[in-house]
Amino acid sequence: MIEVEHLTKYYGTFPVVRDVTFNVERGEILGFLGPNGAGKTTTMRMITGYLPPTSGTVRVAGFDVTEKSLEARQHLGYLPETVPLYTELTTVEYLDFRGRLTGLLNTRDRRARMYEVMDRLNLTDVANKQIGNLSRGYRQRVGLAQAMLHNPDVLILDEPTVGLDPVQITEVRDLIKELGLDHTIILSTHLLPEVSMVCNRVIIINRGRLVAVDTPIHLTENVNEQQTIQLEIGGTPAAVLNGLRTVTGVRSARLTSPDGKVLDGAADALPAGVNAYQVEGAAGTDVRSEVASAIVAGGFQLLELKAVRPSLEDIFVNIISKEMPEEDDMEDTEMDAGDGNEGEDDWSDEQEVVAAAPTRERVTAKRRVRK
Amino acid sequence: MRNVLIIAGKELRSYFVSPVAYIIVAFWLVATGFFFWLSVSSFGEASLRNVFGVVIIFLLLISPALTMRLLSEESRTGTLELLLTAPVKDWAVVVGKFLGAMGLYLAMMALTLVYPLMLVLLGGNPDWGPIWSGYIGLILLGMSFLAVGLFASALTSNQMVSAVIAFVILLLLFVIGQVTGSVGAGVGDFLGRFSLTNHFDPFPRGVIDLKDVVFYLTFTAVVLFITVQVVEGRRYRS
Repeated sequence: MIEVEHLTKYYGTFPVVRDVTFNVERGEILGFLGPNGAGKTTTMRMITGYLPPTSGTVRVAGFDVTEKSLEARQHLGYLPETVPLYTELTTVEYLDFRGRLTGLLNTRDRRARMYEVMDRLNLTDVANKQIGNLSRGYRQRVGLAQAMLHNPDVLILDEPTVGLDPVQITEVRDLIKELGLDHTIILSTHLLPEVSMVCNRVIIINRGRLVAVDTPIHLTENVNEQQTIQLEIGGTPAAVLNGLRTVTGVRSARLTSPDGKVLDGAADALPAGVNAYQVEGAAGTDVRSEVASAIVAGGFQLLELKAVRPSLEDIFVNIISKEMPEEDDMEDTEMDAGDGNEGEDDWSDEQEVVAAAPTRERVTAKRRVRK
Repeated sequence: MRNVLIIAGKELRSYFVSPVAYIIVAFWLVATGFFFWLSVSSFGEASLRNVFGVVIIFLLLISPALTMRLLSEESRTGTLELLLTAPVKDWAVVVGKFLGAMGLYLAMMALTLVYPLMLVLLGGNPDWGPIWSGYIGLILLGMSFLAVGLFASALTSNQMVSAVIAFVILLLLFVIGQVTGSVGAGVGDFLGRFSLTNHFDPFPRGVIDLKDVVFYLTFTAVVLFITVQVVEGRRYRS
């Protein structure tokens, strides 16, 4: 539905978006994730045809947005981040104007569609109120109404939940999920929970470059190179820790507070009782069953065992912080031919990335990049 | 063309919900009314010739205020982004806004028709020829003024700056018509041809010269064309 190829945008000599390529299939909700200034809005503006790309192409519903601009725009609904609306008009007047402009020319059809959309977005109460007097939540919904009014295949929503209260955020997210059933949606945000709640797929963009594309679940698995397990075990801490450390594949075992904070040192002195533990397994192994049988075999009570998934926050920070200063980008990035082909898709290439830490130390970090 | 009218209609509606339009119209009626009264009471003749000569000064002041928000405000609030991503061509946006402003302008002109009507009611027997040709002149002059205003509005997202730019351009085009004497006949003549006001002078005298009509239409079209280029160029600059 949306095909973005080698999209690049320079403001003067400064690259804002660099060689971004991705596709969005029909019915997909794609999350566009990145820190402020990463190029999310610029990319979206190029997709909507508002900004012409410096190079590269965008096709919406098969129409090139620069060459077949009007056709592409006809298939596209857009809600910019600032939710720009004509404050002097009422909701109905505004939607009527947008409806005419987007080709709903028959008055009766247009009215019907307007009330259908207003009904769906709970806007009927404010139908005849001036937009300038509406609350932020209502305005956001008027903006959404405007975007979906002409029933476009594609919706581009730039940070649609910014500035809303928690109840409204939930409403808008539910609405987007619902819209996702019959629309293709690109949604930008810098809120990670939003992405995991709403989107089928995530694109992480940083400094104009696409750094990762995947499903939210898949992303969490892939960065999770080393397994962390949280346990609740009844027994003498010293004995439990000893038992855990002897399990093959376990790199470390530590006592933690109930909320997961690691307690070191004092651990051995504690009397017998139920305590929380944290075990780290070696990269690429799953030690859960071995740990479980070792605990039972040692005569302790296993009350809880769960693998800790890193949150999208962790992944995001992880990926973003490994992005390096511009000059180093080209020179130091090498393909690591050694551990290439784990997956069937083209995304498991490993890249050696050398980051310049603030201390001027060279820190080597490995990360995966989908190309 | 359909989109042009949709946008023009929306602009016209936006005028009437903003106090600015009412203030401008009120100012216009007070100013023209005063000069109409002055003209009738001091010359005692049943014509609008003297009034036409004066009102172009007011138009010089008023038209930047009519056009200043057209594109500036949209670009400041960001609504331009939604307008330019709607399935509408850029020229349709520009021409639509121009026609919207023209709509209000024509309404302003229509309101002043009470003055010739009063001439009749006061028992005068005005010569209608120069009155109608004067109105035609005012409409043509207004087109060129509003086009300049719209152009200025496309340049900046600040309404005040836009109004000042429009006013300065209009003033310049007015002044070059007045200085013809002081810069020598050849140069003065040449400059005078570009004066928006010199081309207006024959209309209140009852003379509709094709070359003046063509001048105003061409001027308006050229300025609107440049405005479309500015709007398109915006996409590249921002």
